[in-house]
Amino acid sequence: MPKVTTVIRCAVIQFPGSNCDTDCQAALNSFPGVQAEIVWHKETSLAGYDLIVLPGGFSYGDYLRCGSIARFSPIMGAVRLAASTGVLVLGICNGFQILCEAGLLPGTLMRNRGLLFRCEHQHLSVEYTGTPFTSGLNKGQVLDIPIAHGEGSYFADKATLRELNANNQVLLRYADADGVTSDEANPNGSLENIAGICSHGRNVFGLMPHPERVCDALLGGTDGRAIFQSILDSISKTSAARV
Amino acid sequence: MATSPAKPDQPAITPELIAKHGLSPEEYEKVLAILGREPSFEELGVFSVMWSEHCSYKNSRPELRKFPTTGPSVLVKAGEENAGVIDIGDGWAVAFKIESHNHPSAVEPFQGAATGVGGIIRDIFTMGARPVFLMDSLRFGSIEGETEQAKTNRRLFAGVVAGIAHYGNCIGLPTIAGEVYFDDSYNGNPLVNAFCLGILRHEQIARGAAKGVGNPVFYVGAETGRDGLAGAAFASRELTEESKADRPAVQVGDPFREKLLLEACLELLATDAVAGIQDMGAAGLTCSTCETASRGGTGVEIDIQLVPQRAKGQTPYEVLLSESQERMLVIVNKGQESQVTEIFEKWDLPYAEIGVVTDDGMMRVRNGDDVVVEIPARSLADDGPVYYREAAPFTPPAPLDLSSVPYVDPVEVLPRLLAHPSIASKRWVWRQYDHMVRTGTAVLPGSDAAVFIVREANKILAAATDCNAVYCRLDPKQGARIAVAEAARNLACSGAVPIGVTDNLNFGNPHKPENFYQLRAAVEGISEGCIAFNVPVTGGNVSLYNESPAGAIDPTPTISMVGIIDEASHITTQAFKKSGDLIFLLGEIGNELGASHYMLAIHGRKEGAPPALDFDKEIALHQTLLGVIRKGLVQSAHDCAEGGLAVALAESCFGNGLGATADLCTVDQRPDLTLFNETQGRILITVKPSDAAVLEAELAKTSVPFRQIGTVTDNPDLQIATGASAYNWPVAELSGVFEQAIPSLMEG
Repeated sequence: MPKVTTVIRCAVIQFPGSNCDTDCQAALNSFPGVQAEIVWHKETSLAGYDLIVLPGGFSYGDYLRCGSIARFSPIMGAVRLAASTGVLVLGICNGFQILCEAGLLPGTLMRNRGLLFRCEHQHLSVEYTGTPFTSGLNKGQVLDIPIAHGEGSYFADKATLRELNANNQVLLRYADADGVTSDEANPNGSLENIAGICSHGRNVFGLMPHPERVCDALLGGTDGRAIFQSILDSISKTSAARV
Repeated sequence: MATSPAKPDQPAITPELIAKHGLSPEEYEKVLAILGREPSFEELGVFSVMWSEHCSYKNSRPELRKFPTTGPSVLVKAGEENAGVIDIGDGWAVAFKIESHNHPSAVEPFQGAATGVGGIIRDIFTMGARPVFLMDSLRFGSIEGETEQAKTNRRLFAGVVAGIAHYGNCIGLPTIAGEVYFDDSYNGNPLVNAFCLGILRHEQIARGAAKGVGNPVFYVGAETGRDGLAGAAFASRELTEESKADRPAVQVGDPFREKLLLEACLELLATDAVAGIQDMGAAGLTCSTCETASRGGTGVEIDIQLVPQRAKGQTPYEVLLSESQERMLVIVNKGQESQVTEIFEKWDLPYAEIGVVTDDGMMRVRNGDDVVVEIPARSLADDGPVYYREAAPFTPPAPLDLSSVPYVDPVEVLPRLLAHPSIASKRWVWRQYDHMVRTGTAVLPGSDAAVFIVREANKILAAATDCNAVYCRLDPKQGARIAVAEAARNLACSGAVPIGVTDNLNFGNPHKPENFYQLRAAVEGISEGCIAFNVPVTGGNVSLYNESPAGAIDPTPTISMVGIIDEASHITTQAFKKSGDLIFLLGEIGNELGASHYMLAIHGRKEGAPPALDFDKEIALHQTLLGVIRKGLVQSAHDCAEGGLAVALAESCFGNGLGATADLCTVDQRPDLTLFNETQGRILITVKPSDAAVLEAELAKTSVPFRQIGTVTDNPDLQIATGASAYNWPVAELSGVFEQAIPSLMEG
C-alpha cells in the first residue's frame, strides 16, 4: 500500500468567550502533519475537516447555563452534520458542556460539589480503549491531566448511566495516583467519577480535563499527547483505509 | 464673572455642593480661574473626578518624580500612557502594571475585585499588547477566630478571591502568582492590587492620544449605566460606617464583554485604522476624552445623546461620570470607519460614533444642541492641584530587646508559623484561579516566582510580587527597600534577571503627617532599590485614604517585579528535588528578630527594627546565584523570608515529599533566634553531590558567604540542629498544617 502523507485538518471552533482555542490549536500543531485552524462560530460549514474541536472557555460568558447559548451558534449545524457522518468531534471542558447542551452527548455538567472553581492536576483512569480517542491508551492506565472548571459535576439519570456503562461510553474517570476511582479522588462530585464520555457512535468525545495543557514537558507533563496521538493515529488509519 | 451655561433644572453651585464633590475652596478658585466663569453642574463633576487623588495624584506626584523611570529598555515611560512598555529583545516588548481596587472591594468584595482585574487588563490591551498573565497582591484583617470582625474578614477574603477568579478565569488569563497577608491593620479596609502583563511587538504600541483634527471618535463596548458613579472620587475618601451606602459607586463587571472587547481591540489595532485608543476606567468618559485630547494636543467634542446607554433618562452628569466597565474610546482615521465598525459587528459589540477631534484644545460635551461641558483639556488633565504635604519626623523603632522575648520551644513554633495564614499555603486561593490557561505556566503558583513561557515570542518571563508591611510599619523606607530586594531575590531564585518594576502604593490619609511620611519614605526606599538593581519603575498606582474608623493600614508599597530567563534549562524552583542532594546556604545564618513573623505570630508583638539590608551584598548574592544556575549546578533555590531559615527549609521539603537534615552549628545564640530570624540576603540552594565541588569552587570566587548546612533525605523528617540543640519534625505533619491552615479556617 502506498504511504499516505496527507495533512490532517483540524478545526478549532472559536465561540465568543472561548479561551482555550489557541491553546488547542498550538497543541495540535505541535504534532507533525497536522494543520489546525481557528474557525469562527458564525461560519456554517466544516467540510473537509478530519477533527472538530470545541475548546474550553466561557462561551457567551456561561450566561444562562454553561454551553446553553453556544449550542445555537450558526456553526453548530455543521458540527451536528459532521458528527452524524462520523467525523471526530472533541469537546474539552466548555466544549464538553456545549456538546451535552446540544444533545450530541447525554447528561449534563453541574456546579462542582464544593461550589468553588478548581484548577489543578488530576489523575484519570482510562476506562475503555475501543474508540478513536483512546485507542493508543491502555485500559487502567493512569493519566495526569489538569482540570479547570466550576461546573464539571457530571450528572445523568439512572437509565442513561446504565446505558453509558453498558455501551462502554465512559472513557475516563477521576482517580487517585494508583488509578483507584474513589470519592476522595473525585474533584467535583461527578456521578461515578465520570470525567469523559463518548457518543454511542464513538466519534464524539467530551471531557472536562484539559489534555492541551499537558503536551509539553516544560509545562508540567505530556500525558495529553497520548489522547491527541490516539486521535491522529485513528484519523490516519481511516484515511489510509479510504485510499 | 460670566455665568455658567447652567440650565434651570440644574442644582445651584453652592459651597455645600462643591464640598460634596470633594473640591476644596482653593481648588474651586482654581476651577473659576481656568474657566473664567462659574462651572456648570456637569463641569463641577468633571473637575471633581479629574482632580481626585485617584486620577490626578495631587498628593503623591511630587514624590513619584523620585522614581527612576528611564533606561535603554524603556519604550513607554511611566505616566506617559496607560502602562509602561519595556523592550525584551527580538522586536518584542512587555507592557505591565499593577492597580488597586481597595475601596470597592471593601464594600462589595466580589465585584470590587472582579472589576479591579477587568480594569488592569484594559490598561494593558489599550497599549496594543495581548494580555498574557495576571498576579494579585491581597491584604485582609485576621481571618482567625469567631469574632464578628474575623467573620467579616473571611467573607471579604472569600469574596475577593471569587471575584478575581470570576473575571480572570472567564476572560481566559492565568493568575499565576501573588501574595496574601492577614493583619488587623486591614480590618475594614482590605487591599486588592491586581497586576496584568501583556506582550506586543514594538511596532504595535498603541497611543491614547486624540490625533488628527476631524477624525471621528468612537465609543465601543458596554452601554453606559449608572453603576460606579464617580468611583474615582469614592476611592479618594476614607472609608466610614456610611461607606456601605456608597455601594452604587462600585462597578459591576462583565468579563465576557471584556473578552469580546479585548479580541476586537487587538484585531482593530492590527489594522492601520486607529489613530488613538483609550479605555474608560476611573472617571469613565470624562477622563478618556480629556486625556486623549490633552495627550494629542487637540480638543475632543462628544455628544452625550449618541452614547449607548443601558437605562433611559440618565442625565448628562450621570453619563459623564459613570464608571460602567468594559468600554473604550477609539479615535479612527477618517475614511476608515467601515473597517472599524466591521470588527465591532463581528464581535457583537455596541458602538457609536459620538464625536470628533477638534483643533481648539477644548473638552466639549454636548447634550444634543446644548453644550454642558467646555473645559480646556490640557488644564483639566495637567494643571490640577499639586500638594506638598507635611511629613512627620520619623522616630526609628527601638531595637528589639531579646531578653524581653520569652523562649518558646522551636518544636512548637515551626508548625505554628507554618499555620499562620500569612505564611501558610495559599493553594486554597490559587486553585480557584485558572493558572494554566494560555498554556505557558512553567512554574505553578507557590514557588518564589511564577514563570511563564510566552509561546508567540519565544520568551520566558518570571514575575513576583512582594511587600512585608510589618517592616514598612516599623520603618517605611527600610520596608520598601526590602520589598524591592525580596522581589529581585525571588526572581533570581527562579533563574531570572529583573527588567522592570510596577508599584502599588497603599497608604492612609496623606493629610496626616505620619501617613505622608510613610508615603515619602517608601517612595525613597523603592527608588533606592530600583536604582541599585538598575530596573526602571514603569508605572503603577497610588491608593491613599486606606483607613477605617480604627486608623490607617500598615503602609503597603507593593512591588511587582518582572524578569526574564534566558533559557528553559535555567528555570529553577524551590522544592528539593532528590534525596542525597546537598543543601547550601548563601548568606549568613543571621540574628535579626525585629519586625519578624516569629515576634508577630508567636509573641503577638509588632516591634523592633526591620533587618538590615545592603544592596551591594544583595546584588552580589543574586549574581552569584544566577551564575551557578546558568552553569547547571542548582537543583533548587528558595529565599528565606517570613519565618526565617526553619520555614524556608520546611517549604523546600514540601512538594516532592522529601526530608532534610541541617546543622546550623551556631554557638552562643538562642535557637529561636537562629531558626526564625529574618536577616536579609539569604538563599537556600541544593546541588547534586557530584557537582558540589564545582559549586564550592564557583562560590569561593565570589564575595558571597556560603556554607553547606545539610542534606536532602528520603527520611520523612526535617531535622535541624543548632549547636547544642536538635529538633525533629515529621514533614507530613508540617505539610499538613501548612496546607490545611487556610482551608480549615474558610471551610470550617
